[in-house]
Amino acid sequence: MTVVPLGIPRRLLEFTIDGEPVRTTEGSTILDACRAAGKDIPTLCEGDTLRPKNACRVCVVEVEGSRTLVPACSRKAEAGMEVRTGTERARHSRKIVLELLASSVDLSTTSQVAGWIKEYEAKPDRFGPDAARLNEEPKVDNELYVRDYDKCILCYKCVDACGDQWQNSFAISVAGRGFDARIAVEHDAPLTDSACVYCGNCIEVCPTGALSFKSEFDMRAAGTWDESAQTETTTVCAYCGVGCNLTLHVQDNEIVKVTSPHDNPVTHGNLCIKGRFGYQHVQNRD
Amino acid sequence: MDLHFGDSKPTDDERAAVDALLGPPESSWEGADRSDADLRWARGGREARDRRDLLLPGLHAINDRIGWISEGALDYLCRRLTVPPSEAYGVATFYAMFSVKPRPATVLHVCTDLACAATGASELCAGIESALGPGVHVERSPCLGLCERAPAALAIKAGDPVRTAVSAPATVHDAVLAASAPDSAPQEPPAAMAVPQAGDPGLTLLSRVGVVDPSSLDDYRAHGGYTALRRAFEIGPAGVIREVTDSGLVGRGGAAFPTGRKWQATASQPDHPHYLVCNADESEPGTFKDRVIMEGDPYALIEAMTIAAYATGAHKGYLYLRGEYPRALARLEHAIAQARARGLLGDDVLGQGYAFDIEIRRGAGAYICGEETALFNSIEGYRGEPRSKPPFPVEKGLFGKPTVENNVETLVNVLPILTMGAPAYAAIGTERSTGPKLFCVSGSVARPGIYELPFGATLGELLELAGVRDGLRAVLLGGAAGGFVRPDELGIPLTFEGTREAGTTLGSGVVMAFDDTVPLPRLLLRIAEFFRDESCGQCVPCRVGTVRQEEALHRIAERTGAAAADDIALLREVGRAMRDASICGLGQTAWNAVESAIDRLGAYE
Repeated sequence: MTVVPLGIPRRLLEFTIDGEPVRTTEGSTILDACRAAGKDIPTLCEGDTLRPKNACRVCVVEVEGSRTLVPACSRKAEAGMEVRTGTERARHSRKIVLELLASSVDLSTTSQVAGWIKEYEAKPDRFGPDAARLNEEPKVDNELYVRDYDKCILCYKCVDACGDQWQNSFAISVAGRGFDARIAVEHDAPLTDSACVYCGNCIEVCPTGALSFKSEFDMRAAGTWDESAQTETTTVCAYCGVGCNLTLHVQDNEIVKVTSPHDNPVTHGNLCIKGRFGYQHVQNRD
Repeated sequence: MDLHFGDSKPTDDERAAVDALLGPPESSWEGADRSDADLRWARGGREARDRRDLLLPGLHAINDRIGWISEGALDYLCRRLTVPPSEAYGVATFYAMFSVKPRPATVLHVCTDLACAATGASELCAGIESALGPGVHVERSPCLGLCERAPAALAIKAGDPVRTAVSAPATVHDAVLAASAPDSAPQEPPAAMAVPQAGDPGLTLLSRVGVVDPSSLDDYRAHGGYTALRRAFEIGPAGVIREVTDSGLVGRGGAAFPTGRKWQATASQPDHPHYLVCNADESEPGTFKDRVIMEGDPYALIEAMTIAAYATGAHKGYLYLRGEYPRALARLEHAIAQARARGLLGDDVLGQGYAFDIEIRRGAGAYICGEETALFNSIEGYRGEPRSKPPFPVEKGLFGKPTVENNVETLVNVLPILTMGAPAYAAIGTERSTGPKLFCVSGSVARPGIYELPFGATLGELLELAGVRDGLRAVLLGGAAGGFVRPDELGIPLTFEGTREAGTTLGSGVVMAFDDTVPLPRLLLRIAEFFRDESCGQCVPCRVGTVRQEEALHRIAERTGAAAADDIALLREVGRAMRDASICGLGQTAWNAVESAIDRLGAYE
């Protein structure tokens, strides 16, 4: 007989979003409730399998009685709360946050952000041509993946995934402070001298493409990366008996990268080095 | 946990510095030579990880002994505490007083913040740099908390033991002497020199500064010390909280939250243990009142902490002291040891069967650690980044347990509340701002220092006492996170409600006067620089916003009127988002002072 875990029973609580009454389960975030109610709120640092870090502040909403805006991704909904998602105040903060980010890092491979920049009429150029930005060369120090911190928005998701929330390798952390804060391994060493085990789970959660497969990086550099020409096939990893799901991204009959479905109840998108990077033998046609 | 340590080894000195703090390692699992027993079982693990909070003291130990933190030293410390090296590296690079790059053993911190900048800090820096040889590293520092003796310099010479010397008011000659021979540098003047009213019988909070010997517990008791704690034991924890609530005391750190309510909320938490944290990390430019209390009347703080802990059910208190206060550290360490030896701290305080002890934790140069939750992270051995609230500290604070956190001035107010009783205390000041208040007056005044006045005195009265000079151009209230007011607004009553009505803030009690010789745009740039340097970098509005604001202020440094209008509009838009969307108070207030200078002083008109 299969036992289905039911979890702790949760009460429903009632509050309002933009004046409309909504009900959500206790413990849900404002963002959960907004999404359930069909409200679209932009998010960058929010991750479906990680605890919210609420560092990017692009999902801020107005909550009646709160002095400042609150991040929808992490604030738990409370009974009687009056949430307003699209006020001038919230939209202004989102617009400025998008401008600040787009003026300091390269968001060209961040999905959806171009649409939000348009929607919120953000103008990152208005800080002038001399606005400080990262301007860092991509770090290519191994054959598996590339770190391009010029695209990093410091969302902390890779740190959380490498640390106690997923992989427990603790190879990376945030070093430095303020605008000089950077994701780094110990002593700013190359990745090959660090505790990295090349699971690639940090790539899985990176929202901006600051972390990418070497294969993707090389193809982008050569101008051959074409997402529209790719097919995705989810299958089961054949290396061991755990049964992790792999999603193979295939372009021109070649596997170009491997991801993993986040809704898998066992792995939540986690893979190991073999599942993530060990696909060359499949396309060895000699 | 899968830890990876590199092959860099500590030097004997580095190993000794860490072992002096943690004791010798027991097995090869934490850095000793391998023995036969190590092959059979592993030590460390959870037990070592539970000591993660010793990471910051460990980094201090290495930095104090060597002057910087090498790869080998950091890895050895990580091995001892089972901390991932990447995380420890992230912590070490967070604090301004640590370096992970080689540097000379002596570092001379020269304050370039507001009061010091107004008294020629940049010329001083240039003079010192040309006079000093390569053996000293000169560091331009944010406020050193010596504003009454501006300009100021602090020399730290690594070694065993570490040596420090303060030069203030600093001249090139004195600062060079302090850096080259800290032991033979002239002594600092007594703390009472910072209290122009010292000895005035009308003083309450400062009554003992300059009167008692700060090293003598007997002298403290002879001047009324420990009567408040006795009263606390008489009326019990609930009685103490009632008195504090009835007194109307609100936090003096700037947020003005009712202290009694905070204590009650912590005391009633079912989760245990409860912790008490004293926030002695005053790093707000222009603030030095906590330093003067800790240097001039250290036992008062210890007694007040004991009362607060007793009332809220805490048995352990952390005193988080900013790293730039070596004299306060020495005096408090001595006072705590004395109190412990005499049964005023320890297992059985005053023979009442109540256990309480205090541990001092040194900060390492990070303004953000004055934010209450960032301070918890700092003590716990993580980067001093603020946590998002809720949950609030009274529910989940230090080590995830209910915690009451107060700053030094707030705590010291508890002594007169208990000795004179809540009604008499509440009769001081105004109806909504009760009690005495300390003000840190500096800048263009004849007698800079700490002043104690009942709430309700006007700004003009305070400046009168301090001897304001002619040609007053502006007064900064509340420090870099506060706001400017004009010379024609000196009638503002110094109360929380009075300053609020006047559209400004009392903040932590900073009053900095600037005369017309001080170039306002440069002052505003310094404030912007300060926040850019001190932002932790966690959230986007603050991390990037502070940089964009500084850039805009640079662009308009020499411009006014229409030429500056575009950038002022930009500053306003960014400032508004920072105030609304930043995680903590640093980002939320970073734009206040500049905004007030534009709106109230017409800085760029």
